[in-house]
Amino acid sequence: MLRDHAKLMQAVLVSGEIIGRKKLQKMIYIAKKVSFPFHERFQFHFYGPYSEELTLRVEELCNMGFLNEIKEKKGGYFQYRYTLTDTGKEFLSLNEVEMPFLQDCLGDMNEQNARFLELVSTVLYFDNLSKEEVTDKVFTLKSSQRYTEEEIDQAYAYIEELKEKAKLN
Amino acid sequence: MVYSAEKLSEEKVFKDPVHRYVHVRDRVIWDLVGTKEFQRLRRIKQLGTTFLTFHGAEHSRFNHSLGVYEIVRRIIDDVFAGRPEWNDDDRLLTLCAALLHDLGHGPFSHSFEKVFDFDHEDFTKKIVLGDTEVNFILKKVSPDFPQQVAEVIAKTSAKKLVVSLISSQIDADRMDYLQRDAYFTGVSYGQFDMERILRVMRPKEDQVVIKKSGMHAVEDYIMSRYQMYWQVYFHPVSRSAEVILTKILHRAKQLYENNYSFKNDPIHFYSFFMDKVTLEDYLKLDESIIMYYFQIWQEEDDAILSDLCRRFVNRNLFKYAEFDPAKEYKKLAELTSLFEKAGMDPEYYLVVDSSSDLPYDFYRPGEEEERLPIHLLMKSGELRELSRESEIVDAISGKRRTDHKLYYPGDFLEDDSSEIKKQIRSLLEI
Repeated sequence: MLRDHAKLMQAVLVSGEIIGRKKLQKMIYIAKKVSFPFHERFQFHFYGPYSEELTLRVEELCNMGFLNEIKEKKGGYFQYRYTLTDTGKEFLSLNEVEMPFLQDCLGDMNEQNARFLELVSTVLYFDNLSKEEVTDKVFTLKSSQRYTEEEIDQAYAYIEELKEKAKLN
Repeated sequence: MVYSAEKLSEEKVFKDPVHRYVHVRDRVIWDLVGTKEFQRLRRIKQLGTTFLTFHGAEHSRFNHSLGVYEIVRRIIDDVFAGRPEWNDDDRLLTLCAALLHDLGHGPFSHSFEKVFDFDHEDFTKKIVLGDTEVNFILKKVSPDFPQQVAEVIAKTSAKKLVVSLISSQIDADRMDYLQRDAYFTGVSYGQFDMERILRVMRPKEDQVVIKKSGMHAVEDYIMSRYQMYWQVYFHPVSRSAEVILTKILHRAKQLYENNYSFKNDPIHFYSFFMDKVTLEDYLKLDESIIMYYFQIWQEEDDAILSDLCRRFVNRNLFKYAEFDPAKEYKKLAELTSLFEKAGMDPEYYLVVDSSSDLPYDFYRPGEEEERLPIHLLMKSGELRELSRESEIVDAISGKRRTDHKLYYPGDFLEDDSSEIKKQIRSLLEI
């Protein structure tokens, strides 16, 4: 019951605080791709992998009072901060979620900026392509972000680090 | 004449209850409609289990796909043609992607994808790129044309304007299904002035935007989307049928994993159970096949599988109660334990269904760079997000609304001689 909700709560709990919906989206996507059992479905959108299901689930968790959402005006747009509430912690204590090493991975991702995570998630989205093809995709689909080849190399290295942390290798 | 430019000697038309006529002049489009993979969509309902609530909702993904094609054709030929931002070389690519965008949908796809953990978009790609009649037709246009079509459908194409015609917050896909689903369900919510919206759509760099003067028509579209979401797509009875359908598939899979001996070999399901589905297996499956298995599984020895199938086939659905997870999660734990004691496996007979379980949504502008919102094109040339200009849209999209329901078999709880069932009824307040 509400297992998928509980997994997201666990993700926020081990991350402490997640700033930005885009960052939250990318963190869950990357965690899913390095084989943590999140079931939200992602599709490629204008800004990379995005899950409507995840957006809705986060809304539900906020409405339930399990997640705390703070909306802040930043420049011309709004930014959202997420933390787990005490009720959320209580719910999780009764509905334990077993995801070893999640804290290591999400904690690390949370220290990265959203721009880099967007690149990492895009690289992972095209993981069936060669590195050359992925680079090409990044340059055409993400031209406005002006990623460099060096950053793409860093993204690949970072994915390997995460996989190591997730104890896949 | 090259195949891509070939026109039919006479225009072909499909009578359509939503758009009146769907017009086809391009040979490629006509040939694609005739492929077996596209014809398969006739055997897949657009709205899955909704026909058990709205009996008219028997329309198929075939109808819808033609509708999306027709809307895109009108936008390109009647509104975008000749505008400097639009490249007419992309016309055929856009029409093909519009026609084929749902090609990978399977029977009752939402439940199927959930249980067997796959994405229909992967199958769309496989059909477009694999050894299929569709691929054969597309390759006749050019060797890389199938890849181009697949990328537009997957939204990974560099031609973002083309992508946004088929998939965005105000795209041909949504405009068709809202009107079509409203027509076939018989509700009056899905109406909006599509002709007006099409007239005020403009290509702007890499997205489709709406002229400010068309804002009120878009408000109507957003309202319609909102109403259809809550009144049709999220209807609690349709969700009950969806819950049962999902549980049937879960049960069948579990039985297979436990080496259960089915009275009739479910050969069409084996590759799904084993997570080794080939394109060939996938294309063989349609809703008539699924319903055949549900019919014969009513006779299975497994009490849960046969009961769930009887419920689905005879529309003896689960009852539901409003459920507030924050206040009632302890009650849910209590109910789970009581269901177990009463011999009703809570995994199958006590189910929480949430709004996030649905494949539909209503408009939300979201955060910067989260996903592309609807943009209005102001007289100054500036782009403004819709909810910042429209009070109506702001009122709808600024408010969070979610919903959870608890489903259970009402008829199983009617036994007055059972103390446990009395306790369950009291907890459920029935």
